[in-house]
Amino acid sequence: MESNLLRGSLVRLAADEPAMLGEALARWHIDSGYLRLLDADPTNCFSAKQFTEWIMKDQEKDPPPFYLVSVRTLKDDRLIGFIGLDRDVYPHGDAFVGIGIGERDFWGKGYGTDAMEVILRYAFLELNLRRVSLDTFEYNPRAIHSYEKVGFIHEGRARKFLLREGRRWDLLFMGILRDEWLVRKGN
Amino acid sequence: MSDLLRGELVRLTAENPEVMASNFFLWYQDTGWVRFLDTDPSRLTSEKKWKELLDKDLDKESKDEIFFAIRTLESDKLIGFIGLFELFKHHGDTLVAIALGERDYWGKGYGTDAMRIMLRYAFYELNLRRVGLIVFEYNTRAIRSYEKVGFIPEGSVRRVMQRDGKRWDFKYMGILREEWLARQAGEVNDQ
Amino acid sequence: MSIDTQLFEGKLIRLGPINHEKDPDMESRWTHDLSLMRALSRQPALPLSVAQMKKKYEAIEKEVDESKKLFHFTIRSREDDQMLGFTRIEWIEWTHGTCSLKIAIGDLLERNKGFGSDALQLLMRFAFSELNLYRLSVVVGDDNQAGLRFFKRHGFVEEVRRRKSLLRDGQTWDLIHLGLLREEWQAMQGESHHE
Repeated sequence: MESNLLRGSLVRLAADEPAMLGEALARWHIDSGYLRLLDADPTNCFSAKQFTEWIMKDQEKDPPPFYLVSVRTLKDDRLIGFIGLDRDVYPHGDAFVGIGIGERDFWGKGYGTDAMEVILRYAFLELNLRRVSLDTFEYNPRAIHSYEKVGFIHEGRARKFLLREGRRWDLLFMGILRDEWLVRKGN
Repeated sequence: MSDLLRGELVRLTAENPEVMASNFFLWYQDTGWVRFLDTDPSRLTSEKKWKELLDKDLDKESKDEIFFAIRTLESDKLIGFIGLFELFKHHGDTLVAIALGERDYWGKGYGTDAMRIMLRYAFYELNLRRVGLIVFEYNTRAIRSYEKVGFIPEGSVRRVMQRDGKRWDFKYMGILREEWLARQAGEVNDQ
Repeated sequence: MSIDTQLFEGKLIRLGPINHEKDPDMESRWTHDLSLMRALSRQPALPLSVAQMKKKYEAIEKEVDESKKLFHFTIRSREDDQMLGFTRIEWIEWTHGTCSLKIAIGDLLERNKGFGSDALQLLMRFAFSELNLYRLSVVVGDDNQAGLRFFKRHGFVEEVRRRKSLLRDGQTWDLIHLGLLREEWQAMQGESHHE
């Protein structure tokens, strides 16, 4: 039985106190460049207190709407980002995943890709999901490349979904099936 | 498949609290029936109290229980209830419970029909991987009905109940998704 | 179309609010048609009692009021105000001008009479000309061919195919996203109207 399910080669996924994650999210949220890669919501500044309250409110629901975990480096346990995975996937077993690496120093070095590998393993081996989906923005090639590396397949685009900086951008959808992932792991 | 909740003799429906309350009030006075269903000591609850309890369920919106009323196709008579509880979505496992309050409908295939519909819903809509049940050792009619539908005995919790001066076992039974799918295939071939 | 053309009056149907006295009974009956429920949602299809339906309507109106990202209409017969179905615009992202929509004609016997098309025309006009949205999305399972045909007939384009996303009756089905852009809708209007 796989015991290090939440541990990758560069990062581990951790459950942090809401206040700790809330504080980090608030800090990263000031970086609008990061935000526009992350989210369709209009960029905005929220306090650490606000983030912490949101996290706690969600986690108190029964059941919570998603799993929210911290991404920490194995080397010095630094909190560099977060991952969210849909929880209400019943009965079809298809969950959306979202990742944000808030610390710019850790972009483009494989940390996000590693975190994604870990969450997929958790999704397929612990949560018994049948597939994992994600959506991402046309203007985020680094993320698209990372997802392709992990095995996500392009499934189409919602045309001209986003309006930012006066022009329209597509919303890309990608997905990976359990069978596909198992074959990759077999190799 | 729009007929997912419809069988050959019955269909499963969602009913208002006051409808179920008036039926529970009547059925629960038949202690012979209650003793097949429930481990709690028989007692008599007013219709008003039943409605209160069921109204509370309406607000609760339980995520691990789904209950239906059983109505006959012929006359739309409400004859019992059936449902899933302890629904562990993550592992795809649940328990099922059925009770026909109207004695006139015992031993005529109505319960078996309702159970068939429930299993189809569990495996084809909820995509569960197994359905289990607990039945009292002395409820031989029910045990026969469950076996007919495909449930397999999985063990007993011994001498856990005491009634009429004797001790009785809980019998556990279960059916796996693969087993049920195989039976469906078999039934199609028989037709 | 001008400013004083009715937004909610169609040729065969009208869009209306929820009628808390009449509608729960009607919709409770529809919820027992599980293939309709499956066409509308990925949640397990579950019939609702009249009492549960009443609660649901209250929750819908509360959400409409609080979220500001949702519009819910009933589809009603012009003749006798009977509820034929419902339609909604949801998940509105105001800064991007996007939304998702749902539409249902509840009774099997009332389908294929043009009610759905009439309602969709009204809804599209409301979305583009009143809410000033830019694009509409709709999500349909591959097990709902009638639904796919319906939206494609109205100009929606298949954009995303989430492979084997649905598991029903022991079979997997793709989940399809279709989209319609404002300029595409305007082009279709141009074809059918000369103002």
